[in-house]
Amino acid sequence: MAINLAVAAPARKNQFLGKFMPHLSVAAIYAILLLGAVMVFFPFAWTISTSLKTEQQTLEYPPTWIPDPVQWENYPDALTARPFGRYYVNTTIITVLSVLGQVCSSAVVAYGFARFRFPGRGVLFLVVLSTLMIPFHILIIPRFILFKYLGWLDTFLPLIVPNFFGGAFSIFLLRQYFLTIPLDLDEAAKMDGASSFQIFLRIILPLARPALGAVAVFEFMSTWNDFFGPLIYLSSDRNYTISIGLAAFRNDYFTAWHLYMAAAAVALLAPLVVFFLAQKYFISGVALTGSGGSKG
Amino acid sequence: MTAINLQRNQVRSARLREAINGYVFISPWVLGFLIFVIGPMIGLIWLSFQRWDLIGDPRAVGWRNYERLFSDRLFLKSMEVTIVYGLGRVPLGIFVALGTALLLNNRRIKFIGIWRTIYYMPVVLPPVAISLVWMWIYNPRYGILNTMIQQFLGIPGPRWLDDAALVLPSLMVMAVWAAAGRNMIIYLSGLQGISNELYEASAIDGAGYWRQFFRITLPLLTPVIFFNLITGMIDTFKLFTQAYVMTEGGPRNQSLFFTYYLFQKGFMQYQMGYASAMAVVVFIIIMALTLLVFRWSKAWVFYEGELTGDS
Repeated sequence: MAINLAVAAPARKNQFLGKFMPHLSVAAIYAILLLGAVMVFFPFAWTISTSLKTEQQTLEYPPTWIPDPVQWENYPDALTARPFGRYYVNTTIITVLSVLGQVCSSAVVAYGFARFRFPGRGVLFLVVLSTLMIPFHILIIPRFILFKYLGWLDTFLPLIVPNFFGGAFSIFLLRQYFLTIPLDLDEAAKMDGASSFQIFLRIILPLARPALGAVAVFEFMSTWNDFFGPLIYLSSDRNYTISIGLAAFRNDYFTAWHLYMAAAAVALLAPLVVFFLAQKYFISGVALTGSGGSKG
Repeated sequence: MTAINLQRNQVRSARLREAINGYVFISPWVLGFLIFVIGPMIGLIWLSFQRWDLIGDPRAVGWRNYERLFSDRLFLKSMEVTIVYGLGRVPLGIFVALGTALLLNNRRIKFIGIWRTIYYMPVVLPPVAISLVWMWIYNPRYGILNTMIQQFLGIPGPRWLDDAALVLPSLMVMAVWAAAGRNMIIYLSGLQGISNELYEASAIDGAGYWRQFFRITLPLLTPVIFFNLITGMIDTFKLFTQAYVMTEGGPRNQSLFFTYYLFQKGFMQYQMGYASAMAVVVFIIIMALTLLVFRWSKAWVFYEGELTGDS
């Protein structure tokens, strides 16, 4: 009986979970899920619909879903009304360097926490975790002054450089992942005369690819979408990121919702493309966060 | 004797080497922590006792910034707004995310991957773009929401973001739309980690769905809910983009979130000292709240490890 149970367990996984929501038929669950999906898509549809209307049509009552005529020019019009091309280049530079810095430095630090015993390790790791609970916006004033004295204001440096010192969340995620890599592999490599750094490069990093991917996509999203940092540190138009440019664009006209929506639709596109390409890293990364968070 | 000493020395030097290696590897973080966290924190505390507009020299004013703070009606308003928003937004978010996860965690439901992807999509979008889109949805005259209310209910819709009573609920709904997907995935992975044997055993005891939900599912999810609570709280204090892009703190300061007020004082009125005092006080409030939630969590968060004794 016991053996039976054990063997059958994986195949019957979730059998009892099937009892969840017993009052609801499958059809009802699908209906609710579908309604949720419609609610998710609704703002997208409204954005795209508006972005293809004439200005006049956006101010008509009642509004229609299908633009008539379809005003494709809104897209080039919106994207040239401000130097959005420049903004995209800026955002890309900031994001690529930030991701690079964040992933490399956090991996190194996480390796230190995961694989070496040293006095104060536990306390220091606790400090890493506790910095997760500081809303860093409250440090914006002294940081602004620091970067002002360094002469870094209105450059990308305040947005990029701090990423080269590891991020608390990335360090945490990577350390948890590194701990799941069997120590035997390190030992074997050590026997072969590999140094700590070689073990890190040749064994840990290749095996930790899913966690590194998760850290990279999270950092990509938070930098690409950041608004507060660029708003504080960047002041001249040629240095703007997409988010700052989009917010400024909103104030250029009184109401040009067809153009705002065209610019917004383009701004929504890049993160969505990255999401679809790197989906598995997002999903597994988020799941990792939750389980990590629940054990931390 | 000497052999043992030699061995002992070897062990000791190996330990030392390991420790040094460890410090070297974590040094980037230590450095960053000192430069970008500890340094600014000391600076923040010092600044909070100064009066400084960034142009002249800072002037020491003692506790005056703090005294001013407690009679600043707008600061108190910003605290109220932030806390009221958090009290609504965080439970609403947990409810929606957990509910969706429960619906999806059903073996009769197919295409979980696709549902997951759809619900996660808004999470990756830039807040500024989301804010613009929702402003347009909420537009009292030309927005699609009020059009639908007029068409289906035959009554004119409210003014949403321009209505002092509705601005916070409107922003909450938008925030849940944008963020529920992430927490849903966390809950879903939590649900999938609950072993079937628990349900089997309780089914044998004749427990129904709700009994199982309250006795098994919910207790085992409390760590995730706790995590959700803490992150939700911190996110609330960071809330800025919506206030800046959509409402400018209005109407009647009803969406004057703390970070937005901090921004106004620091970067629009250049009252660096006063803004710093504000940040110090809020930092203390957040610490106290976090500690409180941690304490409180001992009463209701259930760790499986406590039973099995692992970790």
